Amino acid sequence: MIESDKSGQGNEPAVHCRGVTRSFGSGEARVMALRGIDLDVRHGELMMLVGPSGCGKTTLISVIAAILDADGGECRVLGEDLGRMRQAAKTAFRRRHIGFVFQSYNLVPALSAAENVAVPLLIRGEREKPAQAAAVRVLEQVGLAERARAMPDQLSGGQQQRVAIARALVHAPDLIVCDEPTSALDHRTGHALMQLMRSIVMENGRSLIIVTHDARIFEFADRIAEMDDGRIVAIGAPEQVHAAVPPAVPVPAPEASRSGGTAA
Amino acid sequence: MLSIALKMLTGNRGKYFAIVSSLAFTSFVMTQQPATFMGIMARTYSFLTDTGRVDLWVMDPKVQFVDDIKPMQDTKLYAVRGVEGVEWAVPLYKGSIRARLDNGTFQNCVLVGLDDASLIGGPARMVEGQLADLRRSESIIVDIDGATNRLARTVNGERVPLAVGDVVELNDHRATVVGLSQASASFQSLPIVYTTYSRAKAFVPAERKLLSFILVKLRPGEDAHAVAQRIRATTGLAAYTWDEFRNLTLHYFLKNTGILINFGLSITLAFLIGAAIAGQTFYAFTLENLRHFGVLKALGAGNWTLAWMVLLQAVVAGGTGYGLGASAVALFSNFVIGANFRFLLIWQIPAAVLAMVLLVCVTTALLSIRRVVRLEPAVVFKS
Ligand SMILES: Nc1ncnc2c1ncn2[C@@H]1O[C@H](COP(=O)(O)OP(=O)(O)OP(=O)(O)O)[C@@H](O)[C@H]1O
Ligand SMILES: [Mg+2]
Repeated sequence: MIESDKSGQGNEPAVHCRGVTRSFGSGEARVMALRGIDLDVRHGELMMLVGPSGCGKTTLISVIAAILDADGGECRVLGEDLGRMRQAAKTAFRRRHIGFVFQSYNLVPALSAAENVAVPLLIRGEREKPAQAAAVRVLEQVGLAERARAMPDQLSGGQQQRVAIARALVHAPDLIVCDEPTSALDHRTGHALMQLMRSIVMENGRSLIIVTHDARIFEFADRIAEMDDGRIVAIGAPEQVHAAVPPAVPVPAPEASRSGGTAA
Repeated sequence: MLSIALKMLTGNRGKYFAIVSSLAFTSFVMTQQPATFMGIMARTYSFLTDTGRVDLWVMDPKVQFVDDIKPMQDTKLYAVRGVEGVEWAVPLYKGSIRARLDNGTFQNCVLVGLDDASLIGGPARMVEGQLADLRRSESIIVDIDGATNRLARTVNGERVPLAVGDVVELNDHRATVVGLSQASASFQSLPIVYTTYSRAKAFVPAERKLLSFILVKLRPGEDAHAVAQRIRATTGLAAYTWDEFRNLTLHYFLKNTGILINFGLSITLAFLIGAAIAGQTFYAFTLENLRHFGVLKALGAGNWTLAWMVLLQAVVAGGTGYGLGASAVALFSNFVIGANFRFLLIWQIPAAVLAMVLLVCVTTALLSIRRVVRLEPAVVFKS
């Protein structure tokens, strides 16, 4: 089943979500984090997710990156139906296809910068030496070559963030999800990193989903999706959608969008 | 991945030290307590330890332990010599005698009488002089602890150890010290005086029967148990190998004193406390690392990989802690404990402790692994 899906990858978007829901807790304390998300991200597209705190951005990219199960709806990523995968298959899927930049960097404190970056390669079973060498090359790209042997607690917030970005890139994943990747960076460094990520997307047809509040990097997006209260309320090119201004491209009401369950 | 596990374990020096030192403490207590116990138990058969090995010890069948002397008729010696498979058999006297100290007080001593011709059953370790010196008239050999402590004499207000050449009065008989022997620690710490069988007879004439033990050497190729059977059948006496006689003694003390229960309790308690501390420290360590395991999981590390990592961490921490604890025991027994409080470290004790420590580590690791396996990788996106 998975193989046949792969063959259709040419016309299918990298991410294809229809009516995705997810809630936390139960009874009185129940929170609807996602109230029916419809979202497509094309191969080679850089999609940004914006919206107020608590609107469900992190929850959405967690579902798309296969680290959180949706309650309902359909979510196909890189041709695979996540709803039908077992946990072990999801783990293998992440190992092969997904790169992560977490909101709070999440470097392993006992490992040096280069060792942290090498982790995705080691998880894939690569040998330590070549993995380290590859890690140092990516650290060079993010401008941290000379700090490769530093421990995380010896790095500034911005440097840690760059190590986290290098870790997301090192194994050349097909889809990279980032939660606030430039929040701790100054304007210039943030710009440089976005340029790097942009070029990676352009060159290799990979897809990138970036959650951000940082209006200064909106220009790097192909499209921006604006979320509010578990729904996508606007989606379009950066100049059309902006967190500060009303959505230029209104999307249909969520109830209506649910009917669009016609996958692929 | 396993090298990542090791770096996670040792990366936080403080935590690693806490885990390892609690495991080291557990290993130390769990080794030291049974060794002390064994040391105490060894005192019960110190006389056997100090007597050179022979194939069989023959005695009255009612004897329950080494110091439980039930004298036999001298004729039994000839009966034993007549049993098939016996190469030779010699008498051994073991009793007590009073030594008169120069200040007029008396000191009870253990008196051992050895076969006049062969001197078999003499002290295994000599400090000064030779066993053969017992052939000289009026001669005795005294153990060095007795000579330096209880039998020491007072000269010009100072205590001077009994030395070779000194004369002692034993039950109104003159005796000359011709040698000093090394004795193992015993419970009563009475001085031990060796002499010949016939001289012992002269020292304690009031006793009618003097034959405490018969020491037997087997003919080459004879089976000790078969000969023991024959001795019992023909003479009605009990015959034990060295090990059997020691075990008989041990069993008597284990059965008739509370020592086993007391030590068993304290060892169990030490184990439980140590296991609880070590287990909790390691478990807390895993919980603190749960977030990092979550990161590895999100990045695609499978449950098996993570489980092996946790297990490796536990076993390495356990091994290191055990190593330190065992070394501490070795140092402790060599330098801190004096000759009067030696403990006995048979190999089974450290082996059992290692097994226990690993059991604790693996059990804790399994609990930790359960947490890691159940972990939702989505935690990594929470700040
Ligand atoms: N594990 C969880 N348990 C309970 N509630 C949760 C959990 N994760 C998220 N939520 C709730 O779901 C909603 C969406 O959370 P989410 O983290 O996706 O928001 P966000 O858009 O990423 O916010 P922010 O910009 O502050 O990071 C929030 O109301 C949050 O409280
Ligand atoms: Mg968030």
